[in-house]
Amino acid sequence: MIELRGITKSYGTGEAMVRALDGVDFSVDRGDFIAVMGPSGSGKSTTMNIIGCLDTPSSGQYLLMGQEVGGLDRDQRALLRRNFLGFIFQGFNLLPRTTALENVELPLVYQGVPQDERRERALAALGKVGLADRAGHKPSELSGGQQQRVAIARAIVTRPQLILADEPTGNLDSARSREIMLLLQQLNRDEGMTVLMVTHEPDMAAYATRVATFVDGRLQSDIRQDAH
Amino acid sequence: MLIETFRLALLTVARNKLRSFLTVLGIVIGVSSVIAMVTVGQGSTQRVQSDVASLGSNLLMVRPGQPGRGPGGGQNDAPPLKAADVEALLTEIPDLVAATPAATRTLNAVYGDVTHAVTVTGTDNAYFPVRGWTLSEGRVFTEQELRAGTPVCVIGTSTSMALIGQGNPVGITMRIGKITCEVVGLLTKRDASTFGSDDNDTVIMPLKAFQRRIAGNSNVSSISVTFSDAVTAEEVTPKIQALMRERRGLTDDQDDNFNVFDMKQISSMLTGITGTLTGLLSAVAAISLLVGGIGIMNIMLVSVTERTREIGIRMAIGATEGQVLMQFLVEAVVLSLIGGFIGVIVGLGLGWAGSSALNIAFVPDWRITGAAFVFSAVVGVVFGYFPARRAARLDPIEALRHQ
Repeated sequence: MIELRGITKSYGTGEAMVRALDGVDFSVDRGDFIAVMGPSGSGKSTTMNIIGCLDTPSSGQYLLMGQEVGGLDRDQRALLRRNFLGFIFQGFNLLPRTTALENVELPLVYQGVPQDERRERALAALGKVGLADRAGHKPSELSGGQQQRVAIARAIVTRPQLILADEPTGNLDSARSREIMLLLQQLNRDEGMTVLMVTHEPDMAAYATRVATFVDGRLQSDIRQDAH
Repeated sequence: MLIETFRLALLTVARNKLRSFLTVLGIVIGVSSVIAMVTVGQGSTQRVQSDVASLGSNLLMVRPGQPGRGPGGGQNDAPPLKAADVEALLTEIPDLVAATPAATRTLNAVYGDVTHAVTVTGTDNAYFPVRGWTLSEGRVFTEQELRAGTPVCVIGTSTSMALIGQGNPVGITMRIGKITCEVVGLLTKRDASTFGSDDNDTVIMPLKAFQRRIAGNSNVSSISVTFSDAVTAEEVTPKIQALMRERRGLTDDQDDNFNVFDMKQISSMLTGITGTLTGLLSAVAAISLLVGGIGIMNIMLVSVTERTREIGIRMAIGATEGQVLMQFLVEAVVLSLIGGFIGVIVGLGLGWAGSSALNIAFVPDWRITGAAFVFSAVVGVVFGYFPARRAARLDPIEALRHQ
């Protein structure tokens, strides 16, 4: 589904040039639940941003659903994100002063889904994360774990090909983290969703079916494992 | 999608009520001042025009004094007009339909325990048609009264109201200055007033009565003449000037010591002044709209900075540059339209209040009102574009990292 071939990414020029990615070959298959690990500065976030079409590689080839992403402009990449990708962030990144339901509806607004259908699908997504009864609450009225579950509902409401989760449990205690990981695992197993998760916690990586480890801008290891 | 964008913009604007209000204040002031100024300007123009129309058509005024100083200019050092000038004008210039003298002075009218300052005019019966007056009660003067200078008078409705209140004043006797005068007629009330003073507040008496009993001389302050439709003011005026020069014994090297006014010219002059003032004030108002626009730009830039993270989230979720641009542009336009709307209401209110205070007609100009409203939207687009573009050009990764 996703193919990275010889991806490099460098910032700055000349002496000050920093090479964040140094020739990464990586692929994601449908149904994978991949944990991307590595120390900070290893290139895992950069890889995530490139796969998420938020950033472009300096060189190399990135195929998303067979489509070359490298040559696309900002708007074309926005459309890829809108239609194929769902994002979950460490800091939840819900719109403040906006209800959970409206937050979940937002991607559908950009897809141009009519209001009635939007509402219905957003409520269904909230149901999947167990927050149907919190639809009218604003983020400030929800706990961290609940906020992250709203964010997950927002990520899955468009039925994306791939969910990108950037340290989704980074701001949560271990009990909430476990809840989130079980939810992601369930979405992966029951809904067949492909998940790519950046984390630096081995406990969280244990829920994944594949663990990719980055060191110094290179993919060091890529191991399939039996999840929890 | 666009409706959604408008709804979102309204929500955002409503969320920061005080800030939104302060932001649109510049637009409110700009729009309301344009509308108020144009409204009052048009009202006063209309007023000037109706004032002149009420003076009657084909009207010229002859006054003593140097020409070119406006009405009343330099009267004192010029020899006064006399009643004989009226007769001479009528007999020598066949184009004239009527000529009527007027000698005026402001005096106290006293009736019972009421004292009321009023303009007293001594004239003849031609004064009524020339100045466009009709009577609602009583009669004009008789030949006998005019010849003998009998102290009788015709009064205006405002004078009557001040002295006796509601009711018919014909038959009462009042004091005018030092003389006693019987009221024989009441003028029909009219809405116009001559350049600010109330036309209906007036006392008219035979010229001879005024000259002998009040002024103590045989002077006439002005002569109003009307001419036939067959000729124009430009044709008649030189004839009057020639005759008056001859009658006043002016030699060729002497300047006129009287002047002939065409009331229509004064009207167009005043209308021109009003127009210039309206234009000038509107320019000031337009500058305030500009300042209002800058205010909107400023607050939109702040808003973009504050909501950088939100922009990042929207971009990650799949908002295109165009959609982010639109969101902020619509927000700026909604702000300025709200300002424009409040401005229209405040402006019409101020225009109405100003018109009432100046005692002129309330003449809202819907084209200007519409234009001011549309212009406020344009201000929103123009000044909202730069902040909106800045939002749209944000790098989603940077924006998401923004605290």
